[in-house]
Amino acid sequence: MSKIKSTEDFEKLQESVNKTRDPERLCITVCSGTGCHAYGCEKVTQAFVEEIRNRDLQDKVDIRTTGCHGFCERGPIVVIHPQEVFYQRVKVEDVADVVSETILKKNIVDRLLYVDPNTGKQIICEKDVPFYKKQRRIIFGNNALIDPTSIDDYIALGGYAALSKVLWEMKPLEVIDVIKKSGLRGRGGGGFPTGRKWEFCRNAEGDRRYVICNADEGDPGAYMDRSLLEGNPHSVLEGMIIGAYAIGSHQGFIYVRNEYPLAVKNVTIAIQQAREYGLLDRDIIGSGFDFEIKITRGGGAFVCGESTALMASLEGKLGEPRAKYVHTVEKGLWDNPTNLNNVETWANVPVIINKGWQWYSDIGTEHSKGTKIFSLVGKINNTGLIEVPMGISLREIIFDIGGGIPEGKKFKAVQTGGPSGGCIPESLLDLLVDFEKLTETGSMMGSGGMIVMDEDTCMVDVAKYFLNFLKEESCGKCVPCREGIRAMLEILTRITEGEGEEGDVELLQELSEVVAETSLCALGGTAPNPVLTTIKYFRDEYEAHIKEKRCPAGVCPALIQYSIDTERCTGCGACVKVCPQEAISGQRKQPHSLDQAKCIKCGACLEVCKFEAVIKR
Amino acid sequence: MNLVLVDDIIARYRWEKAAIIAILQDIQREFNYLPQEALTYAASRLAIPLTQVYSLATFYRAFSLKPRGKHLITVCLGTACHVRGAVRILEKLERELGIKAGETTDDMRVSLETVNCLGACALGPIVVIDGQYHGQMTSVKTDSILKKLRKL
Amino acid sequence: MVSLTIDGNVVQAEERTPLIKIAEKLGIRIPTLCYHPALEPYGTCRLCTVEVVKKGRARLVTACNYPAEEGIVVHTKSERVIKARKLIIELLLSRCSKAKVIQELAEEYGVKEPRFGEGDEDCILCGLCVRVCSEIVGANAISFTSRGIDREVSTPFHIASEECIGCGACAYLCPTDAIKLEDIKGTRKIERWDTSRPLQRCSICGNYFAPVAQLEYIKNRLNLPEEIFQNCPNCRRKSYAEQVAALGHI
Ligand SMILES: Cc1cc2nc3c(=O)[nH]c(=O)nc-3n(C[C@H](O)[C@H](O)[C@H](O)COP(=O)(O)O)c2cc1C
Ligand code: SF4
Ligand code: FES
Repeated sequence: MSKIKSTEDFEKLQESVNKTRDPERLCITVCSGTGCHAYGCEKVTQAFVEEIRNRDLQDKVDIRTTGCHGFCERGPIVVIHPQEVFYQRVKVEDVADVVSETILKKNIVDRLLYVDPNTGKQIICEKDVPFYKKQRRIIFGNNALIDPTSIDDYIALGGYAALSKVLWEMKPLEVIDVIKKSGLRGRGGGGFPTGRKWEFCRNAEGDRRYVICNADEGDPGAYMDRSLLEGNPHSVLEGMIIGAYAIGSHQGFIYVRNEYPLAVKNVTIAIQQAREYGLLDRDIIGSGFDFEIKITRGGGAFVCGESTALMASLEGKLGEPRAKYVHTVEKGLWDNPTNLNNVETWANVPVIINKGWQWYSDIGTEHSKGTKIFSLVGKINNTGLIEVPMGISLREIIFDIGGGIPEGKKFKAVQTGGPSGGCIPESLLDLLVDFEKLTETGSMMGSGGMIVMDEDTCMVDVAKYFLNFLKEESCGKCVPCREGIRAMLEILTRITEGEGEEGDVELLQELSEVVAETSLCALGGTAPNPVLTTIKYFRDEYEAHIKEKRCPAGVCPALIQYSIDTERCTGCGACVKVCPQEAISGQRKQPHSLDQAKCIKCGACLEVCKFEAVIKR
Repeated sequence: MNLVLVDDIIARYRWEKAAIIAILQDIQREFNYLPQEALTYAASRLAIPLTQVYSLATFYRAFSLKPRGKHLITVCLGTACHVRGAVRILEKLERELGIKAGETTDDMRVSLETVNCLGACALGPIVVIDGQYHGQMTSVKTDSILKKLRKL
Repeated sequence: MVSLTIDGNVVQAEERTPLIKIAEKLGIRIPTLCYHPALEPYGTCRLCTVEVVKKGRARLVTACNYPAEEGIVVHTKSERVIKARKLIIELLLSRCSKAKVIQELAEEYGVKEPRFGEGDEDCILCGLCVRVCSEIVGANAISFTSRGIDREVSTPFHIASEECIGCGACAYLCPTDAIKLEDIKGTRKIERWDTSRPLQRCSICGNYFAPVAQLEYIKNRLNLPEEIFQNCPNCRRKSYAEQVAALGHI
């Protein structure tokens, strides 16, 4: 393929790609996002390839491994196009049936269909599945349609058209203007208006400007950036090139988290392909604009998601934040003006250019435009990645899309914003999700993790969990963060171990205030949020731990006891076998008993008992 | 120690000082940990202070200054796994293996590590053994996995 | 030049001058632990916290590195500042309960017993030693290692560093006296860094006067007369002594 040198060249390429695409052609798409990978989708794909080959159907059927479809709970997911038949939990053994029935005879394999748990009805098409119904997948949707390693797949869906338009029809300032008017705000956590950031960077003094994509994604429980990079890397590249043009930068970096090897691989391929097509490097689409992108892998440090730490790390230095009194758009990487945006932010850019800022700003709320991708995880039926318009309610997300709480348990809280965010209680479920509303609750949007918690989750334990995380992830540079988190964690540990004292909650609040106000970077600045929100909404749980030495959710080991209900125990002996402490004894077929002195509260007996005879209190 | 391997790695990054983190990652992949000799050598070849290299090697979680075992068990402690009881699985592994997270058994067979979120939250709690994911872990499943591992 | 207000005083200053330097000129004392005028500000101890009001919004910032801006109003002793400083001191005290500087600060700010334990660390991690060794001396013998609560200062691999020239600048700047430096029988010992360096004997009076390594280090960098490296400062003419002094803390 020769390089694209003009818009005409680009249009020709589009045409030639489209010619090879027959919308009526049969195509089996197998999701190979991380979730499905873990379920073994590779073997399923391999089985399809073999089956199709054995039946000599290569000419009639395409097989495509796509990025994440989002519905990870039900992986491996297979969708048959053009009918869009949606099969879930597909195993290697199912492959022959899918080919012989659905591909050859157009019959549906019932046992692979998704059953709506509310109505008991089987659902055939992907879009009719309740999980997808309330979503608005303008950024994430293409993931399910394209092979991330094929630039043609991306171009067939309109990819790089925005870039061509920008380079040939728009001036940099016009691009900035469009992004400003669209109302796009950063998806990495802070929600800073993207167009304004670009403008600051463009206007900052300096000869050299850098553009960076933040793919460090350290928030535990969030994986949308990973899915985008793995599943649709070109959308991120296109956004970056457009941004670079608007800002006047010729060098970009993608800083990817070390734990994401597949993302690194797919982005590397994408960059290579874009280069070959003349969409990167010199004289992009013949416009005279040059821009190159390098990939850097992080070393495994949450704090390196913070802008100044990330830039230090890119320079090969310790990933320590520095004071931001002079902002990175003025003095960032190697002291040059630098514009940092999150993966999802970049992926929004081509969409805005293609559809126009008016269209985009019609979605969402007054100050939060567009959609947001969330990872809906934890104690929820439909775990997965969802993309919803800003302004949707938490209730709709958790109950309509997420399908509610498993095992008939009660909803307790939803945690948003990761270690910088907080826990939102049931009373606020009707809250309409946007940047401001989430901040008002004491939590924040963050990068989009939504961890659902049920009645079996202890909120003091959750606060402790996050501080534990932050204790290890704080860089340790400044006193309030390093020592303050340690102090708060000590208090919380005391509380969960039944050693809490009157006044501990107030002490936590006092510490929280100073840690938040005086820490050097936002890691310390937001570290108290999980503590403050759990105190605000679940103070009764703190009091139960402190005053009654009781963990209402039955989580904190020091405050619970396992015992055996002699009425129910059949003496089957299953628990005896699993107890690592030999704490359970009894005659066969006779009710057993449990020695509290030996018990280490590992819960193994509870897990194996079939007669609900183990009581946790 | 074959320091030519370190030279090769550095050459791949064109002796660029800023690429030190990537270089350390590759050294670790080559030797399974960061040997002192390799770090000292890399620092001198790149003409960067050894202090900087050592700071980086101890700052980032991806690096280990101690040799790791033949098998690597990683327990995800992301929030989703946590609320689904990952700590109990970790504690069980620690008990059974007789080591704490971050340590390696004396016979150098198994290293136990933790990670904050693997991005496969639907499967939580997750344990990864030598790159293979095991989802929805329970205490019973842990037993059977350990049994298999002992036979390897 | 910009104009700003500090504790009610309207002053003119060069744009981007750190607030602490402006305060100093006005005779306003702001406590610091990690600040040294010869080093790049690092902003770790947060003790120099002051309140800045800008466009009607008040927030806490660190005076050692906050740049002077037109029209800002700075309070160095407001209630909010004192409250924050007190807690920071308490946190430091709970880490290093035996450190004299911290005890004195606690005394000054009326901080009694720390409520978060009484650790007996001697290092507050201000980083003065690390920075002087790298920024001024240029030896890079020590650095921060690990992270979070495990952060510490050490030589690479916790063994004697070949780069250490035994100059003692680190010990000289350490506010908590955590780095002990001893000259015994022709050897300089810095126990914390596991380092010992032979001292040079003066060819005139016979006294030991500086680590050989340090003299070599200077020799390699500066074109000074050989005499400097053979004779102790006392024995040298005064003008030479001045030249050495010009090397800063070395
Ligand atoms: C401790 C910490 C961790 C962060 N981690 C990330 C991250 O993993 N990904 C991200 O995009 N932004 C992260 N951020 C936010 C970034 O600093 C920065 O605001 C963001 O990347 C800017 O991009 P945006 O304007 O597109 O949101 C983090 C911030 C802090 C303080
Ligand atoms: S707030 Fe925490 S993470 Fe940020 S600089 Fe201070 S110690 Fe490091
Ligand atoms: S003197 Fe300013 S933070 Fe230490």
